[in-house]
Amino acid sequence: MKIKATLENYVFVLPAVTIFAIFYIIPFIWVLQLGLYEWDGIMPTKIFIGLSNFKEIITDKIWWQSFGNAAYITFIALTFQNALAFLLAWACDREIRMKNFYRLVFFLPPVLSEVVVGLVWQWILDGNYGLLNQWLVHLGFPNLVRNWLSDPNTAITAVALVHSWKGFGWGFLIFLAGLQTIPRELYEAARVDGANAWQSFKKITIPLMIPVTVLVVILTILGTMQAFVLIIAMTGGGPAYHTDVPTLRILASMRGSSRFGYACAQGITFGVILMVISFIQYRFSKKART
Amino acid sequence: MKSGLYYKAKKIIVNTLIHIFLLTVSATCIFPLLWMVSSSLKTQETIFKDISLIPKTFHFENYYFAWIEGGFGRNFLNSIFYTVAVVLGIIIISSMAAYAFSRFKFPGRNILFIMFMAAMMIPIPGAFVPLYILLNKLGLRNTALGYILCMINVGLSTSIFLLKTFFDKMPKELEDAARIDGCSKIGIWRHVALPLSKPVLAVVVVLNALIVWNEYVLALIIFDSKPLMPLQVALMTFQGEFVTKYPLLMAGLTITALPIIIVYILMQKYIVKGVTQGAVVG
Repeated sequence: MKIKATLENYVFVLPAVTIFAIFYIIPFIWVLQLGLYEWDGIMPTKIFIGLSNFKEIITDKIWWQSFGNAAYITFIALTFQNALAFLLAWACDREIRMKNFYRLVFFLPPVLSEVVVGLVWQWILDGNYGLLNQWLVHLGFPNLVRNWLSDPNTAITAVALVHSWKGFGWGFLIFLAGLQTIPRELYEAARVDGANAWQSFKKITIPLMIPVTVLVVILTILGTMQAFVLIIAMTGGGPAYHTDVPTLRILASMRGSSRFGYACAQGITFGVILMVISFIQYRFSKKART
Repeated sequence: MKSGLYYKAKKIIVNTLIHIFLLTVSATCIFPLLWMVSSSLKTQETIFKDISLIPKTFHFENYYFAWIEGGFGRNFLNSIFYTVAVVLGIIIISSMAAYAFSRFKFPGRNILFIMFMAAMMIPIPGAFVPLYILLNKLGLRNTALGYILCMINVGLSTSIFLLKTFFDKMPKELEDAARIDGCSKIGIWRHVALPLSKPVLAVVVVLNALIVWNEYVLALIIFDSKPLMPLQVALMTFQGEFVTKYPLLMAGLTITALPIIIVYILMQKYIVKGVTQGAVVG
């Protein structure tokens, strides 16, 4: 009787566990294994080469350049995007009309796919016929006209700004939810005590928003470092790797040069770096809270 | 002593400045989408010169061409099919598992649950590489089934988390009553627990539907044949083949974005809920 009941319980989790085992755990183990092999994905035999893939990664200039690019985009997202998100949330966290309209609109870019966003912005930023350049000419700044996405000087910043455009709605929603948990009485009390708006912002809002801010920072770093579909749609990683990012390199190793082992080694390296970053973040946030 | 008028004036000025700021950002959110729709209604000749937001004549035939000759009609139906199938699968599979994790006691329960939660937090960049190999081995590459199973796995952990949290808070009295009436465990899950969890199911449905509809990279590596592709991949393929056919491309983008925008406006409440709850996990 008891065994039957236990078996019945397992029936409930069996489909989930089966799919998870096949499509998550097996691939996870394979990544760890394949990183030690040279394999083109077709040949029946894989050549064991130990840590050679990882040694190659250390000296892979394009890989580290792509890493730097991702870090740059993340930097823009952390500063510009999150500052914007916070300001908007702060502006919406008050008695103000059209609050629901703003909330609806700010989360519109995040629900669109990266392909749609990337292709629409690529069309706007197009060097020959793009709207931005046409506007610049009309407004009398023809000297500013350039091929935004194929100019090495502007491509990465253009991509980073579009990424921020697509992403700030997330931070906005989380910041707003955080601000709304701050009891109004605190502000009332501060005002009665003679604090001005800036003082109560500094002494109440900022300290109470630290946990939420840490959360947004972690989500931004993990999300932005791994973002790549938007870049495929906007530049494909060009010009000459100037907007390339690690996940795009992994895709290129697999599809472009058919080096499955190297692709997995890149995946492990990048995954470990991300874990270290989030671990440091976690420790840092714990310190900040105590 | 400053008069009440002073404070009133100050408040109006501050609020106006705040509205100007919020409206400017709103405009930058909406404008690219309007430009996309506007471009989709111009012709191959006018699109490069006419920078007015409202074109002089509306060329709706672009949508006909995109749908039929661009093949986006087929891809649209594929996207609908994949989204419905994956969401349905996730609902059934994750609600069963979450119900067991919340209500039943069995050996290995905690380890299994922690495993699902860990999967949500450990990033595997380039997970598409082993998935490609796996699907090749299983003979599921370039099949709808392979893609659907992969995408069910993508949404599983978060959905189990959301549902289990909900079940944990749900009172057990009704289920107890059903059990006393002789209802089986499956029966209770199906006829008592599921109907009661409609609010969280709505969140799970909307969140996963967004993910599947917008997914790109797995579809890219899984599908070789165009008739099987969902919209996102088809758009990139079209863009690669016909670089300058902007009106048709923009029509394709509008076809892709519109259903999401409509669903978002109708279900905004659930999406916001999913985002704020999902964020707490991380």
